[in-house]
Amino acid sequence: MTLTIVLACAAALLALAAVAIATGTAVATARMIYGGCMIAAGVSLAAALLHLLDAAGPESLALPLGIPWLGAHLRLDALSAFFLIVVDLGALAASLFAIGYGAHESAPGRVLPFYPAFLAAMSLVVVADDAFTFLLSWEFMSLSSWALVVAHHRVPENVRAGYVYLVMASIGTLALLLAFGLLAGPEGLYSFAQIRAGHQSALLGTFVLVLALIGAGSKAGIVPLHVWLPLAHPAAPSQVSALMSGVMTKVAVYGFIRIVFDLVGEPAWWWSIVVLVLAGATTVMGVLYALMQHDLKRLLAYHTVENIGIIFIGLGLALAFKAHAMPFAAALAFTAALLHVFNHSLFKSLLFFGSGAVLGATGERDMEHLGGLIHRMPQTAFVFLVGCAAISALPPLNGFVSEWLTLQAVLLSPQLPSWALKLLIPAVGAMLALSAALAAACFVKAYGVTFLGRPRTPAAADARETDAYSLAAMMLFAALCLVAGILPSLFIDALAPVSNALIGARMPAQIGAQWLSIVPIAASRSSYDGLLVFLFIAGSGMLAAFAIHRLASDRLRRAPAWDCGYPDSNPATQYSATSFTQPIRRVFGSIVFRARDQAVMPAPGDTRPAQLKVEVRDLVWEFLYAPAVDVVALAADRLNRLQFLTIRQFLTLVFSALVILLVVLALWS
Amino acid sequence: MVLIRDLAIQGAQMFLVLLLAPLFTGFVRKVKARLLRRRGPPLIQPYRDLIRLMRKEVVLAENASWLFRVIPYLVFAATWVAASLVPTFRTGLLFSWSADLIAIIALLGSGRFFLALAGLDVGTAFGGIGSSREMMIASLAEPAMIVIVFTLALIAGSTQLSTIAAFMTSPAVGLRVSLALALFALIMVAVAENGRIPIDNPATHLELTMVHEAMVLEYSGRHLALIELAASLKLILYVSLIICLFAPWGIEAAGADFPALALGGAGYVGKLAIGSFLLALFETSIAKMRVFRVPQFLGFALMLGLLATLLRFVSASF
Amino acid sequence: MSRIDFDVAHLLAGTLVLISFLQLYQDRLYALLNVYAAHAFTLAASVAWQAFVQDAPHLYLTAAIALVFKAVVIPVALHRIIVRLGIHREIENVVGVGPTMLAGMGLVALSMVVMLRITHDADPLAREDLAFALSVVLLGLLMMVTRRNAVGQVVGFMSLENGLVLAATGAKGMPLVVEISIAFSILIAFIVIGIFLFRIRERFDTVDVQALDRFRGERR
Repeated sequence: MTLTIVLACAAALLALAAVAIATGTAVATARMIYGGCMIAAGVSLAAALLHLLDAAGPESLALPLGIPWLGAHLRLDALSAFFLIVVDLGALAASLFAIGYGAHESAPGRVLPFYPAFLAAMSLVVVADDAFTFLLSWEFMSLSSWALVVAHHRVPENVRAGYVYLVMASIGTLALLLAFGLLAGPEGLYSFAQIRAGHQSALLGTFVLVLALIGAGSKAGIVPLHVWLPLAHPAAPSQVSALMSGVMTKVAVYGFIRIVFDLVGEPAWWWSIVVLVLAGATTVMGVLYALMQHDLKRLLAYHTVENIGIIFIGLGLALAFKAHAMPFAAALAFTAALLHVFNHSLFKSLLFFGSGAVLGATGERDMEHLGGLIHRMPQTAFVFLVGCAAISALPPLNGFVSEWLTLQAVLLSPQLPSWALKLLIPAVGAMLALSAALAAACFVKAYGVTFLGRPRTPAAADARETDAYSLAAMMLFAALCLVAGILPSLFIDALAPVSNALIGARMPAQIGAQWLSIVPIAASRSSYDGLLVFLFIAGSGMLAAFAIHRLASDRLRRAPAWDCGYPDSNPATQYSATSFTQPIRRVFGSIVFRARDQAVMPAPGDTRPAQLKVEVRDLVWEFLYAPAVDVVALAADRLNRLQFLTIRQFLTLVFSALVILLVVLALWS
Repeated sequence: MVLIRDLAIQGAQMFLVLLLAPLFTGFVRKVKARLLRRRGPPLIQPYRDLIRLMRKEVVLAENASWLFRVIPYLVFAATWVAASLVPTFRTGLLFSWSADLIAIIALLGSGRFFLALAGLDVGTAFGGIGSSREMMIASLAEPAMIVIVFTLALIAGSTQLSTIAAFMTSPAVGLRVSLALALFALIMVAVAENGRIPIDNPATHLELTMVHEAMVLEYSGRHLALIELAASLKLILYVSLIICLFAPWGIEAAGADFPALALGGAGYVGKLAIGSFLLALFETSIAKMRVFRVPQFLGFALMLGLLATLLRFVSASF
Repeated sequence: MSRIDFDVAHLLAGTLVLISFLQLYQDRLYALLNVYAAHAFTLAASVAWQAFVQDAPHLYLTAAIALVFKAVVIPVALHRIIVRLGIHREIENVVGVGPTMLAGMGLVALSMVVMLRITHDADPLAREDLAFALSVVLLGLLMMVTRRNAVGQVVGFMSLENGLVLAATGAKGMPLVVEISIAFSILIAFIVIGIFLFRIRERFDTVDVQALDRFRGERR
């Protein structure tokens, strides 16, 4: 029954897309369409929540659409229900945000028809139960998001972003197509139920893993397949950026989990090595890229890459434990990864909403043209601060909980017998810790340069607070971040059916633990109580404030800032984003990006200003993609000659093709 | 009855570290002064400084925001909560299960996050220089601390600090290579995190040599008092951490009675005195590093911690 | 062999690895010599402990040789050489400290893997001490490879030899003859290197090996 509700909501979203094409582009219509999307997402969310919390069995449905002898199989099991919750929660908040934000959209006719279609496609990917439906929905999701990325097509960098996105999405779909083809086998058993029942050889499993990593990984943003992400995510309108970063990457993670944990069968032990190496590299590279950016949305997009790395570290650990028959440790790692999926969708969407609010209020995405917004946009600044604190894994918010659980899973790894894993996992743990610390630095920069300090341009000085709908969406997610940080036991217990289904074990029930703490393995080993930590911090802070204000002084006086005797009213002298990251750029960036800072000082007497040149090179692009593009261009040039053959040469080509086919036919039979 | 007693012990621990923190700072300054052949300020001078600051009026920059005013309380609260969970004279603290060692480090990290934001709030170059350098130091010190926690957790079988401390007092611990490496790395990280020489000079007021002092340059009055108290608490937290992990003799177990606890408390104060003397000696005998030597220093600590973790992964007898 | 013997032996061997890492980290010549003296001192302590535990009095002599020659005489001699050559500068490394440290970690991991796998059924104390000794040898080689300054390379060579002595004493029954012959050959090598350093310095005014490459005669 819940599956039919979910499908009805998806159909409603598609109907809304059709309505949007037909109707005009007035603001009121836009609001109604976004409101309709919000309602559909809300109903679907309720249905999926009901299914997950009831721990009901999977529901299936077969519709006579699509390929005649295959039909369309759809299934709602625990994993689909969880990811559907993530998708619908993100869709609900994004639609709520868009009711306010979409009012000053410059090209609503190019955004409105594709937005509900995008939401419907993501829901359909998650409930698909055969390869055809899955791939159809996946491509539909890519295409509708591509249309949204190039909605503002007058901006040339958006067009380039759309082009790169389309190419990478095509490569990903090709890889997934091959993966499903290998899984379906020579008889063409495309339905997931048939694939599960079959047995794959180890070699086939390896190929499927690699193809799944390329296909789903490129959509999720694993290094080195991440290059489209920081181009495409910022180019789309802000509500769509939030959906792409917060939700679509999670749909890609769903695809990976479905293929590798469900369809392929027993994992080989060394698969986890591949996943862990890629995930560790992704985590560190993602946050270092983010630190080099001063465009707020591009920073957030690169940071998504880091968090996807953290999710894949959890998944890699779960694969390692599962392959070595340690189900409880696997359940811990898997639950940590899924919890991070949920948490990341919350705080990344919140941060994108905030950057959208800033963009709408000031017209600027570049942090170095902003500043002092905490005075002009106080509520946005507050919720953005909650998002920054959550993503930097500070207790008592939710980012810390999933990071803590992943670290606990790392601490269980010495029991693994493989030498390679014994040497790899401590390094991966250190990389995880390093990326957490660098993420905190990144968000101190993002928040401090954008919201704190003094305004650097008139646009920032004249900003106004955003509208109520956008604020409501942001406050909803900020509140959810706090709740997920204080009461993590509820969320962990809700994930038990998912890990039961895919790993065969679950984490110990958290509800009975004292004072709502979480106990991942055993109480003697480790526990964490978010609620108590929150109460202690709030309590001690208020006690200190009360004691000092009563017993000591509470007077206050305003005065100019300390300027060492040199009066300075130019806001350009405060730290900018580039200067804030200069120490980190010098320490890490000089190796990873060949970053060079060069000061060009004119000679004394020359009145030209001094210049600081910062050069940061994207080595992945230079060493992987640029040569690939060159090779393809070269091949295309050579093959171009085929267009200019004479009639006799064309006839020769056709004749030789016919002869070759006949020879093959003769030899084969 | 047991609950009341445990609650009293936890409360006593909280207030003990709060009261001892300025005394510890004062003792370090006195020893440093004596080593430099000065008389030095009296031992209770930090208390006098704090009371004087709290009574003064706060002078706030014109464009400082509400966040600037709230941050001192946040930083103090986070550091105090973290410090209350480190066993000083008794293990098995009542609320030790609510935050393990990773959570304690993350609490200190959140204090640092907000302090760095405070540095950027007023919009002058001084705060920026402090915040950016502090985040660079943190980006290496925090992972080094986490790999040290890995080593300790792999030896003791838990990340709960009370459990690790109890394990260290038991005879099962032995002399382990990874513990030696972890101790070395922990001392390096503690020096870096507390902004002592050779990383940062806690007594300087030249902006180009400051890290912590530059971030809090704009604070005055009660706000500055809270931040200084939080910095002293952080220092005593790290020293107590090193004591309870590597010199745990005299820390009482959970069921001890009052005379034993008093003895444990006296032992703790004695160990603090030795620790402060060693810290002062260390600070007086080496020079401050230039800023871009600090990442190499902390990278070395990270490598040592990683090596210790690797050794524990490879064999249980390391 | 009781628990405490095991642990102290391990601790001393691990301290030797730690000091090897400290040597890699140094960038000043005098500090490097001091750390090398500490390296030799730890080696002497480790050999003395092995002598106590294995009940092998001839190892006390090895420890005394290590203490007197390697911890005192050689550092003092190198100190004088540096003063006479006038090369009080910093050591220049081929790659920065960070990559050198990472390479060192990789070498330690490699030696752990190799030693603990191929000596699967040997005495546990000897296995792990051998693993540490191989790490010290590899770290000494790394030092020789990543230093530009000839004195730095000499110190690397000396610490490599310390690692060999640690390995030899860890496996029970190293006869004194072997130790004396090794020590003499090192001493000869050292004297020869010292003479060469003086001659090179007189001739070319530098002991920077990269600068010396230009005089080799083969064009690159």
